[in-house]
Amino acid sequence: MSITATLIGQMITFALLVWFTMKYVWPPLTQALEERKKKIADGLAAAEKGKHEMELAEKKAKSALKDAKEQASEIVGLAQKRANELAEERKEAAKQEGERIIGAAKAEIEREVQQAKEQLRKQVAVLAISAAEQILKKEVDENKHKDIINNLDKQLGQA
Amino acid sequence: MASEAHGSGGATGYIVHHLTPLKIGEGFWTFNLDTFFFSAFLGFLFIYIFKKAADKAVSGVPGPLQNFVEMIVEFVDTQVKDSFHGRSGLIAPLALTIFCWVFLMNTMDLLPVDLLPAIAGIFGIEYLRVVPSTDLNGTFAMSISVFFLILFYSIKVKGPIGFAKEMLLTPFGPWMLPFNLLLKLVEELAKPISLGLRLFGNMYAGELIFILIALLPWWVQPALSFPWAVFHILIITLQAFIFMVLTIVYLSLAHEDH
Repeated sequence: MSITATLIGQMITFALLVWFTMKYVWPPLTQALEERKKKIADGLAAAEKGKHEMELAEKKAKSALKDAKEQASEIVGLAQKRANELAEERKEAAKQEGERIIGAAKAEIEREVQQAKEQLRKQVAVLAISAAEQILKKEVDENKHKDIINNLDKQLGQA
Repeated sequence: MASEAHGSGGATGYIVHHLTPLKIGEGFWTFNLDTFFFSAFLGFLFIYIFKKAADKAVSGVPGPLQNFVEMIVEFVDTQVKDSFHGRSGLIAPLALTIFCWVFLMNTMDLLPVDLLPAIAGIFGIEYLRVVPSTDLNGTFAMSISVFFLILFYSIKVKGPIGFAKEMLLTPFGPWMLPFNLLLKLVEELAKPISLGLRLFGNMYAGELIFILIALLPWWVQPALSFPWAVFHILIITLQAFIFMVLTIVYLSLAHEDH
């Protein structure tokens, strides 16, 4: 338990250990630690950036959706208006067509009535003449009373 | 059982036997071979483990060994950065070496006191003291090396004149010059002495108590040696830590330029 030359030997051992640690052990370990620290910091920064970008994109998407909705409602309104207009036009056209058809039908009816009147008049004239013929069988000469018959015919035509 | 095995000298003989180093040489030129062997062995163990981790050190996901080693390195690095504000490539590796080496040497204390001496006895080695930090030479080797570093950095940072000024003119000014020098000498010399003696005293006392416990009947021993060993785990770590922190503090003081 006394100080001897062992001390010197131990000091040399100690110096060698410190030298070795300083040269070969400490630098790679601290370097690795430093690098990992940097990596983690970078990763965290990237995560933060990503989060920020996501928020931005969400905002963008929201505004785009809002625009789209507005546009859609506008389009629907326009379409409705156009549809109303079309319906109005159709109605008008149908009304006109109906009126045209009615007018045509009326004209036809008028024409038919005229025709029927003409025929009826002719038949009445023939009947009247034949009745008169039968009454006046003997006294009336067709050639002699041609004027009267024609006159009568004319009068009937006016009726 | 131990007292019977070394019955010749009784209890005192047993204790003395356990505290006698394996040595060659006489007088000053005595070499404590056990101190050399175990401290060198543990030093190589430390270097082997840490070099292995350092070779495979990557910045990616660390393995278990690397994790363990990095934990210690970070711990030491934090201590150094907390107390030492200069830039030095030596202080941190020095602190790491001191912490691990002292810790490993102290850990030898936890081995059963008779285990290694008994094995050595089989090979005809009569004396073996397994804890290098119970050898004053071992602890003073470190503390004196640290003292040389303190002197070296004091002179390097402050310059020879600045260092001489600090030794001679503080703390009481030029009129108290001899007194200043005496005070400073005591202050500086107290550093390595307290550093070396503290570690030696703690480990020596711890080892002595283990030896005393080993003298008791075998059925009492576990009840005492187990709690003492558990407590000693704290002491060996604490002593290694104190040695390291004080080294850092002394060296940072040496770096301070007034």
